[in-house]
Amino acid sequence: MTRASAVPAPKAGTASGRAPGEDHGLHLLREMLRIRRFEERCVELYSKTAIRGFLHLGIGEEACAVGVMDALTPDDAVVATYREHAHALARGVSMRSTMAELEGKLEGCSRGRGGSMHLFDAATRLYGGNAIVAGGLPLAVGLALADHLQGAQRVTACFFGDGAVAEGEFHESMNLASLWHLPVLFCCENNLYAMGTALERAQAETDLSLRAASYRVPSWEVDGMDVLAVEDTARHAAEAVRAGGGPHFLELRTYRFRAHSMYDPELYRDKSEVERWKERDPIPALIARLSADGLLGGGELEQLEAEIAAELDDAVAYADAGTLEAVEDLERFVTSERAEEAGPR
Amino acid sequence: MSTTTYREAMRRSLRDALQRDERVFLMGEDVGRYGGCYAVSLGLLEEFGPERVRDTPLSESAFVGAGIGAALGGMRPIVEIMTVNFSLLALDQIMNNAATLLYMSGGQFNVPLVIRMTTGAGRQLAAQHSHSLEGWYTHIPGLRVLAPATLEDARGMLWPALCDPDPVLIFENGALYNTEGELADDAGPVDISTAAIRRSGGDVTLVAYGGTLRSALGAAEELAGDGVEAEVIDLRCLRPLDDATILGSVARTHRAVVVDEGWRTGSLSAEVSARITEEAFYDLDAPVARVCSAEVPMPYARHLEDAALPHADDVVAAVHRLGA
Repeated sequence: MTRASAVPAPKAGTASGRAPGEDHGLHLLREMLRIRRFEERCVELYSKTAIRGFLHLGIGEEACAVGVMDALTPDDAVVATYREHAHALARGVSMRSTMAELEGKLEGCSRGRGGSMHLFDAATRLYGGNAIVAGGLPLAVGLALADHLQGAQRVTACFFGDGAVAEGEFHESMNLASLWHLPVLFCCENNLYAMGTALERAQAETDLSLRAASYRVPSWEVDGMDVLAVEDTARHAAEAVRAGGGPHFLELRTYRFRAHSMYDPELYRDKSEVERWKERDPIPALIARLSADGLLGGGELEQLEAEIAAELDDAVAYADAGTLEAVEDLERFVTSERAEEAGPR
Repeated sequence: MSTTTYREAMRRSLRDALQRDERVFLMGEDVGRYGGCYAVSLGLLEEFGPERVRDTPLSESAFVGAGIGAALGGMRPIVEIMTVNFSLLALDQIMNNAATLLYMSGGQFNVPLVIRMTTGAGRQLAAQHSHSLEGWYTHIPGLRVLAPATLEDARGMLWPALCDPDPVLIFENGALYNTEGELADDAGPVDISTAAIRRSGGDVTLVAYGGTLRSALGAAEELAGDGVEAEVIDLRCLRPLDDATILGSVARTHRAVVVDEGWRTGSLSAEVSARITEEAFYDLDAPVARVCSAEVPMPYARHLEDAALPHADDVVAAVHRLGA
């Protein structure tokens, strides 16, 4: 087991070979800001009832998705949870089609069939958007099994929360992936709460990396509020997985600043706890770092914000102008429309 | 033609699929070194190796889910679940993923997966290995549910199931594995959409499938001795149901008895009965009758298990009650 407790933030010229140079640092900042601003707008749209149903925001957790996605290639696969706006956007699903999906429009990445919890995108190999906690883990194992059987050098990144670790599917999947030495990068976003149930109220062993390690899966604990640390560790882990090292596990220690969903009165945690975590907000942290490195002295941040605001306005306009799927198509895609495949190849 | 068993016919279909398509692989509990709990896959590990005949840990949810993922990833997995009772451990994956992903993804991700499992009673395996839960699975949009009852279907349903772009469940009634009969040497793929009329008759329609086909055919034989000609329908495909064959038969016979090894309440027999009532009410000369298993967890003792299951005699009695 390789285990680096409290991974230090990478310095320029770390072993990953990815110094936080201007372009790259700004890129990470842009991605996190895109997600943050997108989700802030979602709250407004929810109040206006343009978005309905369950809306789970990951504000505060952006560094996890952004850092991990940066370590993947377009050929890799991603399996995510119901709190996956960040994963879709960071993976490259357009803000337009993501917002259209949240508004239930035909132009959405799932044709308005999935909504906030079920974002899918074949082009970027995003396999959902799974709202059964831990339900995506076996799927990720299977995608990796397919790659193994086809000799493909691909990684399947599987995101899930700390709540999933209590599910049997977590343990079955961890065991199977390890037993068969499959190329899965398990990314546990530990935000300390399974909906309203605190980690220590749900887990006999709260060190989640130990749970993975018990299946002989190399595990890292990572500061999930530090995008550079996430990216650096994810890159190392993904490279190891890709090189045939079998599954790896990242415990991304993070925090959700907002309620579990729009229905959550947050009776289960102190406001002071939330405020303490907000001091570690990954976005100001990166801004401070880039500023200290002299990378934001020329109005770069303002320009980023302006570009993101324009992208977001465009996405909302696109979604608002989107079409509602014809009710006549209600039963489309219960089964495939393509003709049955020709028999043997 | 040569004499073969249902088990051997199924094995031939597995071997054929593994030979025909490199993307096909079989996985499940004890399918490899053990040779399959019911010896269906005996010898396939030696022939195709451990990558394509994969023994799994006892993790139904994970290996069914892995089958779904592998199907998404371009493979054509055949997942074997030892018995339908155990499939409940994987019900989340079957329903929330396999049956749902295509729709939920707006048509982007189909799941070309085949799941085989043993079903049914009659072997004194008691209440956790003997139930017929096919009816539950027929409740789920997005699945195709098959029940091979003959050697031809045991041999021929797997390949078209693998060619289906969507998930297919194949229920093999455990009491059938040892049944013997003649099967053409060149027997191959069969249709997996329609019901079959296994015996023609004009007086009453007996609707059966899987393990109950034998009871229905036995009853028809007995009824013939009483001068009643029964038409026996083998549903074959439990979802989607072939309404046309069922309703066409009822239009000719004006009476129907549904024979189902599942429990009566909320069962597949209830669905068939409802469809006949909805669509062919004015063709009927008598109410639709049902012969099902007793509503008990399956008991171990032979005489009790026997009493719980639908038999040919029960079918004959039901037909006579209809006035046929």
